[in-house]
Amino acid sequence: MTGVDVAFWILAAIAVGASLVVITSRNPVACVLFLVVTFFALAGLFVTLHSHFLAAVQVIIYAGAIMVLFLFVIMLLNLGQEQWFDVSNNPLRVTAVVFGAGFLALLVGGGISGLAPTVRGPAAEISPDLLGSTGAVGTALYTAYFMPFITIALLLLLAMVGAVALARRER
Amino acid sequence: MVGPAHYITLSAVLFTIGVIGVLTRKNAIIVFMAIEIMLNAANLALVTFAMTIGDVAGLIMVLLVMAVAAAEAAVGLAIIVAMFRHRETVNIEAFNVLRG
Repeated sequence: MTGVDVAFWILAAIAVGASLVVITSRNPVACVLFLVVTFFALAGLFVTLHSHFLAAVQVIIYAGAIMVLFLFVIMLLNLGQEQWFDVSNNPLRVTAVVFGAGFLALLVGGGISGLAPTVRGPAAEISPDLLGSTGAVGTALYTAYFMPFITIALLLLLAMVGAVALARRER
Repeated sequence: MVGPAHYITLSAVLFTIGVIGVLTRKNAIIVFMAIEIMLNAANLALVTFAMTIGDVAGLIMVLLVMAVAAAEAAVGLAIIVAMFRHRETVNIEAFNVLRG
């Protein structure tokens, strides 16, 4: 087992454990904080995949922007403890877990076991460190994928205007 | 030896956790968090495939997914704030006016 393998298993355990806390915890602030733990574990997994730029972006956008957004809304609504309804009395719970397990079995059994023998390691002609670098991603983003990039900028502007319009107090 | 299949399996596990979260929670904010977990699981699969095949397009796709996730979180949380202002709760069972 190499260092990368050990890192993968540790980060995978953290990601799965923290995301399980997110969907089971009763305290919404704890949910947000464990969500951030999940995001950090995923950033670490991106590093083990040699995708350093995306790991940095993951931390900045998810752990920075989106977490602050969630925390702000939770603090803003300021719900009392009795408002955070009981999780355990949802009649859908057992059904959801059963169907989730079936869904997982379908994904792993049907898709991934068939994929495993055919997928090989990183392509030999380009080193993965170079592929995941800021330079490679940036060059592709500003040349071949320039239109999607501009479209995403417009989408973010629209989202900003939409959020302000939706949350505005009506007179 | 950890290979692409391990990463994709982890991605499937995280996605399933997100699905179960969306189905079981009644708090709209936590339903949103479960959706973020699902988006992250998809991102992990995209990065794995991009680095395995050696194509930068998958990494660009991840950036676009992150931007869409940020936009979705902003609009979605604004909707939750508007909903809360209307009904004084974020329990999704209280919002069933479109029920057929």
